[in-house]
Amino acid sequence: MSTEILLWIIPLPPLLAFALIVLLANRRNGLSTGLAVGGAALSWLVSLVVFFRVIGVEGLSTNPIGQAVKWIPTGDTWLKIGVQMDPLSAVTLFFVAWTILMIFVYSIGYHNFGQPKGDHDVPGLPPHGAIVKGAHGKQTVMSIEPMYARFFALISLFAFAMYLLVVSDNLLTLFVGWEIMGLCSYLLIGFWYAKESARNAAVKAFLTTRVGDMFLMLGLAALYSITGTLSYQEIFGNETVMHMLATSASPVFGLSWAGFIGLLIFLGVVGKSAQFPLHVWLPDAMEGPTPVSAMIHAATMVSAGVYLAIRSFPLVAAGWQPGLPLTLPMNVMAAVGAFTALFAATIALAQNDIKRVLAYSTISQLGYMIAALGTGAYVAAVFHLVTHAFFKALLFLGSGSVIHGMEHGVLHTGEHIDPQNMYNMGGLRKKMPRTFWTFLIGGFALSGFPLVTAGFWSKDEILSGVFTGGHLLVFGVLALSALLTAFYTMRQITLTFLGKARTTAAEHAHETPLTMTGPLMVLAVFATAAGWVGIPKTFPLLGGLLPNWFEEFVGSMVHTGEPAVASHSLIPLATSLVVALGGLLLGWQVYRRVDKADAADPMAEPLGPAFVVFKNKYGIDKLYQFILIRPARWLAETFTYKWIDKGLLDGILHGIARLGLLLGSLLRRGFDQPVISGAGDGIGRGTRELGANMRGIQSGRVQQYMIVAITVLVLVGLAFYYLVFKA
Amino acid sequence: MTSLQIIFLVVAALTLVSACLVVMTRRIMHAALWLVLSLMGVAMVYATLQSGFFAVVQVLVYIGAISTLIIFAVMMTRNVMEDVGPQSNRGWGLALVGSAVLFGGICGVLLTWNGMQTALIEIPAVNGENIQMLGLSLVDPMGFLIPFEVASVLLLAAMVAAIFLTGDIKRSRS
Amino acid sequence: MIPISWYLIFSAALFCIGLYGVLSRKNSVAILMGVELMLNSASINLLAFWHYYSQIRQAPQMDSQVFVIVVFAVAAAETAVGLALIISAYRKRQSVVANDLSELKG
Repeated sequence: MSTEILLWIIPLPPLLAFALIVLLANRRNGLSTGLAVGGAALSWLVSLVVFFRVIGVEGLSTNPIGQAVKWIPTGDTWLKIGVQMDPLSAVTLFFVAWTILMIFVYSIGYHNFGQPKGDHDVPGLPPHGAIVKGAHGKQTVMSIEPMYARFFALISLFAFAMYLLVVSDNLLTLFVGWEIMGLCSYLLIGFWYAKESARNAAVKAFLTTRVGDMFLMLGLAALYSITGTLSYQEIFGNETVMHMLATSASPVFGLSWAGFIGLLIFLGVVGKSAQFPLHVWLPDAMEGPTPVSAMIHAATMVSAGVYLAIRSFPLVAAGWQPGLPLTLPMNVMAAVGAFTALFAATIALAQNDIKRVLAYSTISQLGYMIAALGTGAYVAAVFHLVTHAFFKALLFLGSGSVIHGMEHGVLHTGEHIDPQNMYNMGGLRKKMPRTFWTFLIGGFALSGFPLVTAGFWSKDEILSGVFTGGHLLVFGVLALSALLTAFYTMRQITLTFLGKARTTAAEHAHETPLTMTGPLMVLAVFATAAGWVGIPKTFPLLGGLLPNWFEEFVGSMVHTGEPAVASHSLIPLATSLVVALGGLLLGWQVYRRVDKADAADPMAEPLGPAFVVFKNKYGIDKLYQFILIRPARWLAETFTYKWIDKGLLDGILHGIARLGLLLGSLLRRGFDQPVISGAGDGIGRGTRELGANMRGIQSGRVQQYMIVAITVLVLVGLAFYYLVFKA
Repeated sequence: MTSLQIIFLVVAALTLVSACLVVMTRRIMHAALWLVLSLMGVAMVYATLQSGFFAVVQVLVYIGAISTLIIFAVMMTRNVMEDVGPQSNRGWGLALVGSAVLFGGICGVLLTWNGMQTALIEIPAVNGENIQMLGLSLVDPMGFLIPFEVASVLLLAAMVAAIFLTGDIKRSRS
Repeated sequence: MIPISWYLIFSAALFCIGLYGVLSRKNSVAILMGVELMLNSASINLLAFWHYYSQIRQAPQMDSQVFVIVVFAVAAAETAVGLALIISAYRKRQSVVANDLSELKG
């Protein structure tokens, strides 16, 4: 089959799986699993075929493979729906296919497929475990998720949306996928809807991203009204359109239209990729099941945000050349990205929840990518997007595995502890070796452990790109956050896996099944190997040993060209080495002596009040609660409901009703009763009285009638005669 | 005064007297017999008007049929009314006054008519006694065929009605 | 010959006598007799005017004579139905007094 046809096919299997599960298989867990994983595997297979076909194509970036059909007629033009594969889509498709498949497989084990039904499990709550009688007497084991099929249906829809977004050849189809993902993230974060925190988190995620989506939609509308198209090729691949956009002035801030639209789209990215100040939803999204966390935070949704940012980079960078000062939108991106990177990393320092640490680390890493993009390091941003997707998916799935193992221990011992708190863990290295080693790889990749991990190469590339561009402030901030990243990653690893078990539950933790650890191992391979495709040529010793395929492939996307890397300085390399290794070492040193579950954080004392600030996430949530949510609530409940709705509108309505009633009773008393009723009754009464008076005449005697008749006849005849004939 | 005038006056007086007796006599049977005499007088008056045919019909229909019917009815109902109490209503005086006033009124109106004193002379008969003309006009479609047939239908309906009213159909059916 | 006024006055007298009988008699059959008298007076009138009319036209006219025939037919029908009604009422109520038949009193 031709590549175009395969592209059309890619998103469809998960959609089909979704429909089939929802319509037919929603009571049958095995069938649902088969459909969902089968669909994901099919998409994965087709994606890989497409990927390996397109990487050999010359000039793919200028002549992407694709096809479009007309969709919606809009006056004299058509909105088209289409598929396209260029280098950026190809690499995105590659990591999306792998992570999605791994997450699907992992979900089977995570939701305890094959385990008995829980004794007290209800839909909307995580499974509580089941008591079974085995060879060792009664024991509590994990129980299957009560809404197992529902989970696979939703996650299939999610996968469909992500594939649709990646293979799309225009911003409209991308937006469709984008919004379907928004819906799915809402449904999946609120998957355990009986928990109030999950419900709140779902609403928060949905509403926060909606803020960004609003701006994104404005940007798309502006773009469409100016260019008349939303296709990537017709906008970004067309010199005249880009030139027109870059030179025409928009009404805002003296920006060009390109810059203004780029900024609007970037605001959408801020919502989706959880950049400051719209980052608040992402940590709360940890309320969902862990595969969902991995799906949202690694493979799909946040990546989709960065993907869009990279897509719209030509807009943001319109009129910019390497070496020139950054444009205003680029400055904004760099500032927001760098700030978010540091800001989230500091918060991650003080979190105890294993998934929450990863959530903040995700925000931080996304900030990296945005900052890299803002300073023009296009290829580095794409590179980090790919490697980050792999190792962050690995870390999330690994943390899910840890939590799973801990839950096993909790069920076994009956302790009432939080299985997600890292202080309750410790010493899991021996209990869960496969999880430990894969988590270690992921953690080192995140920290940028030199040479062997993918994270090192991509992060180094970002740092060197920023440094070479001459943005030293951004460089400093990113280097500092890299140090913090290594530090909190090591803190996490140390607290979780090293040392001794701090609770009995941790002592009884158990390695998770192969359906969970298998994906971890696959992803671990990528977390190391994915970096080797992008080793810079100028790298000391290693440079040139492997061709820098990635830069050649993806770099062709940017027509402005990369900054000359000939003057590759050793400073960024040295910096990344120092911060990575130093951070790791520090983290290990500080946290290896924590031996009690309720011990105070060793960093609390040296950091002092700053630690409290970090722990409380800078009070952003409280601030939003205070300046946005409470006024909104007040507006809704007091102002709109009580005053406007109850008071004004109901008042008007009641007033109208009362007025009508008054008018009605007035008319009734003043007009209807005396005039209409009176006339009616009067006629009736008059007729009756007349009848009563006249009945005497009706004697029933024929001769009387006749006398009367003749008398009248005579009188009338006489009168007639004298008055008419004689007159 | 011609002999015809004398005959008319006698007949008229006879008729009026017997008519008065019809409406005043207490015995209903006598009233019926006086009615026969009165109708006879009317038949004679017809004859003075060159209408011998109607005189014959008067005798046949009124005296032969209607009077017989009335006498039958009187005989069938006689036992309840026979000579018991007054035969007149309480308002007979009023009726008398009314009738007298009506007679006066009619005479007053008649006397104002110019042709009142016209003497009726003999009409030249075309074919004997006009009976042929009358018969032809009664069966002539351009003449009075339809009124004649309607009259016959009326008689038929009256006959059916009389049978229905008096012939006790319900009882005979059960 | 006989003036028409004689006939007319005679017929008027006969009519008023009949009317008196209709108004004053108690017995229904007697009322019917009064009606017969009134009908006869009308016939006399019709024939008198027929004669007058034909005399003016110098030829016998048939219109009035046909009227008289219709009056005869109506009289016969009226008598037949009237007497049948009287007999019927008599059977039901054992009375022929007109004033007793006053169910339709208001």
